[in-house]
Amino acid sequence: MCLADRINLSHIMKNKTHLSASINRRKFIQQLGAGVFVTSLGGLLPSPSWAGSLGQSLLDLDIRRRYDLNIAYMPFLINGKKERIQATAINGTVPGPLLRLREGDDVQLNVTNSLMDTKHSSIHWHGLLVPPDMDGVPGVSFAGIKPGETFNYRFKLKQSGTYWYHSHSSFQEQTGTYGPLVIEPKEKEPFKYDRDYTVVLSDWTSDGPDAAFRNMTMSDGYYNYQQRTIGDFFNDAGERGLKKTVADRLAWGKMRMSPVDLAGITGADYTYLMNGQAPDENWTAIFNPGETIRLRFIAAGTMSIFDVRIPGLDMQVVMVDGKAVKPVDVHEFRISAAETYDVLVTPNKDQPFTIFAESLDRSGYARGTLSPQVGLSAAVPQLRPRPVRKLDDMGMGMMDDKIFGGGKMDHAAMKNMSGDSMAGMKGSPATTSTAIPAPVGPEPFKPEDKVNTAMIIMNPQDRIAEPGIGLGEDGWKVLTYADLINDSGQPYTPMVDREMTINITANMERSIFSFDGLKYSQQPGPYNFRHNERLRLWLVNHTMMEHPIHLHGMWMQIENGQPHDKIPYKHTILVKPGEKISALITPIEKGDWAFHCHLLYHMDAGMFQVVSVS
Amino acid sequence: MGALASLLLYSTAHAQHEGHSQMSMDMSQGDKPDGMSMDISQSPPMRSPTEQKISKYAPKMENDFGEPVHDNMLFYFFSGDRLEYRSFDEGEAVLWDFRTWVMSDYNKLYLESEGEWSIDDNAFDKAEGRLLYGHAIAPFWDVRGGVRYDFEPGPERAYAVLGILGLAPQWFEVDANLYLSDEGDVSFRLESEYDILLTQRLILQPRLELEVSAQDVPEYSTYAGFTGVEIELRLRYEISRKFAPYIGISWESALGESANRIESGGGDPATTSFVAGVKFWF
Repeated sequence: MCLADRINLSHIMKNKTHLSASINRRKFIQQLGAGVFVTSLGGLLPSPSWAGSLGQSLLDLDIRRRYDLNIAYMPFLINGKKERIQATAINGTVPGPLLRLREGDDVQLNVTNSLMDTKHSSIHWHGLLVPPDMDGVPGVSFAGIKPGETFNYRFKLKQSGTYWYHSHSSFQEQTGTYGPLVIEPKEKEPFKYDRDYTVVLSDWTSDGPDAAFRNMTMSDGYYNYQQRTIGDFFNDAGERGLKKTVADRLAWGKMRMSPVDLAGITGADYTYLMNGQAPDENWTAIFNPGETIRLRFIAAGTMSIFDVRIPGLDMQVVMVDGKAVKPVDVHEFRISAAETYDVLVTPNKDQPFTIFAESLDRSGYARGTLSPQVGLSAAVPQLRPRPVRKLDDMGMGMMDDKIFGGGKMDHAAMKNMSGDSMAGMKGSPATTSTAIPAPVGPEPFKPEDKVNTAMIIMNPQDRIAEPGIGLGEDGWKVLTYADLINDSGQPYTPMVDREMTINITANMERSIFSFDGLKYSQQPGPYNFRHNERLRLWLVNHTMMEHPIHLHGMWMQIENGQPHDKIPYKHTILVKPGEKISALITPIEKGDWAFHCHLLYHMDAGMFQVVSVS
Repeated sequence: MGALASLLLYSTAHAQHEGHSQMSMDMSQGDKPDGMSMDISQSPPMRSPTEQKISKYAPKMENDFGEPVHDNMLFYFFSGDRLEYRSFDEGEAVLWDFRTWVMSDYNKLYLESEGEWSIDDNAFDKAEGRLLYGHAIAPFWDVRGGVRYDFEPGPERAYAVLGILGLAPQWFEVDANLYLSDEGDVSFRLESEYDILLTQRLILQPRLELEVSAQDVPEYSTYAGFTGVEIELRLRYEISRKFAPYIGISWESALGESANRIESGGGDPATTSFVAGVKFWF
């Protein structure tokens, strides 16, 4: 069923200055193809045809084998006003064009860098298994696309699902160089739907990425306007007692860390976007009551983790990171930078619904509407209160005064550690259905560099079944990684050749982010993966922030308690503070692959490594 | 499952235990609990460990593709920690306390200046400049060394400086330095600041400055022991993180022998000032 069949176009257009009221559908689509779209606000925005302020169902777009993408500067408008910072847009729109491809095809994606003042640009096809020289990471896959040049990506598509693509050069991803990529499967998916919309969540900085990076280097809490004040102290004392409150402040003060340092860049600078539209611009997707709608959520924000829900509707999660899972009914899910979640919704009522994507730190939101008619909107929920991190969540109970702030190892605590990991093996309450018990567990961490690692978590926790900070207390079901049951087949052998631990480390006060306490420039070499081995990778997060860890060139399968054939595929894993999580990896392609935190400013500050498969 | 398969499964399970002690660090050598049951059918067993231990790192990549990330950038900052008008019984003054630096993650080069200009005397009461190199030695501390040059009060003198700059537990900012003058006199200065957030933008900042001298240096009215203390309270409003006007109150006093001398000369060793200024950085 086509969008245009349902809508009287002249009705939408009557307030617009650039298109005549009697435009027909063909001309309308041609105008859309040019890359600009007239919105209900009457202004011109660099918004792609498939999104605009009125979502176009993906099913209307052609499946192609070739796309030409041009990255160039464009003015960026929010609420009709031009931003100070220019966008680095692809084919004139933010987000860039929706690439609709087919599994099994040999595709040609030609990317031109028209940002004449840059060192290079690039496009990385996030989540796609491509030859290493087609992976688009300057410094690892190739030298980057120099200004004025075109790079012709050529590869065969060996998978299907919802993915995305973005620049891997400098901070271009922050200024708009990203877009959705959908690969239609050879075999039909088992679920049915009537409409298909892509929902790209992202963040736009008014300070601009260079200034933001500099601001965060000078002052760790630069963008945090939700710090704990003296008023919070008195409130807490009133609620929990003076003694407990003082003890809490002393515990955090000893570490010189803040339990409300939730996001590096917040709504104080960011405008959160849904398909390139600010909340007031209200990106809208049309439906008929009773239809099933597929929403492909893609998180393209550089520093943002969103909590997504549609008040009045439950969602059925059917695919995660491009791979099918057994359908899970939830009311809310957390989507971190670089993840994708495909959900089905069936709005039975003839009314609009708000698509609400609240940032983790509750400092802002992205918003759109599912509506039976153009121009309607539903109530937008209030932002929830700012959450506060608890030491207990990270296995650092306040009863235990062994809180390490200086990177020193306590030998008494190390003895405790062996006991704790044995407890983990038996299946502690947190790992209720540990169908694949962790045979060994992460190696203890002894950093070489005393400056880079402000804290070491002695007892990392299994937190996979927890929804995450700020979630789970509203009385509705929130998705966790423990809910994901793979429905995509398991081609890899149920054997593990070896285990390896990578520690996620940081000194947030100094804005240094690293793996194993070493920035990229300090690493002794790339990580060594053997071709076709089966590796159990342990990730341990020794920091106070969530980090979405992304591995190029191969899948990770999280050991979430499911039997081996049912563990879910992820290309990006969000690791909670104080968490230990394991994933099974089979490196199927030789070459050099990037491995990094997908929070852009952390990656550029050192949380980046290369994996060499040989 | 056939007998062969069962045998295979048994041997791999057995190898798995061996695999443990080889793969892990000391941890699992300790108490293995009895009856530790592993559900073999669910758990991917470990293959027998290969003869050569696999190194965590591969040789560095050899390509001329450039760097994927630039995590060693240099930053430049200018900070006006205090720039204020001071009003006290004996008169008025303008005080400045500036720092500019270039930094990487581990190394910083600072150029600093502080002093006071007396409005009544139309002259500098005190003025000093410092050039320091700092190196990160701990997560929250840098060690700094360099030179300081006092222009006023005369006669001019130079010092070698060694100190630490950082964040102490409970969020106290600390700048503590030892000075060795070109005459061989040793002195020590401690500065500490603490931020109390009244609101997100309204911040109350107590500040302490303490000076100690090892020797008597009569030409500068300095005598061995604690020579001076300053206790201040500033209330700033952060219009932006980079610009915050403030008002405050400052109580400073000479101490010890220096104080005695002032009193015997009929003066008051302590001064209370009202201050108004701006804190900024860019």
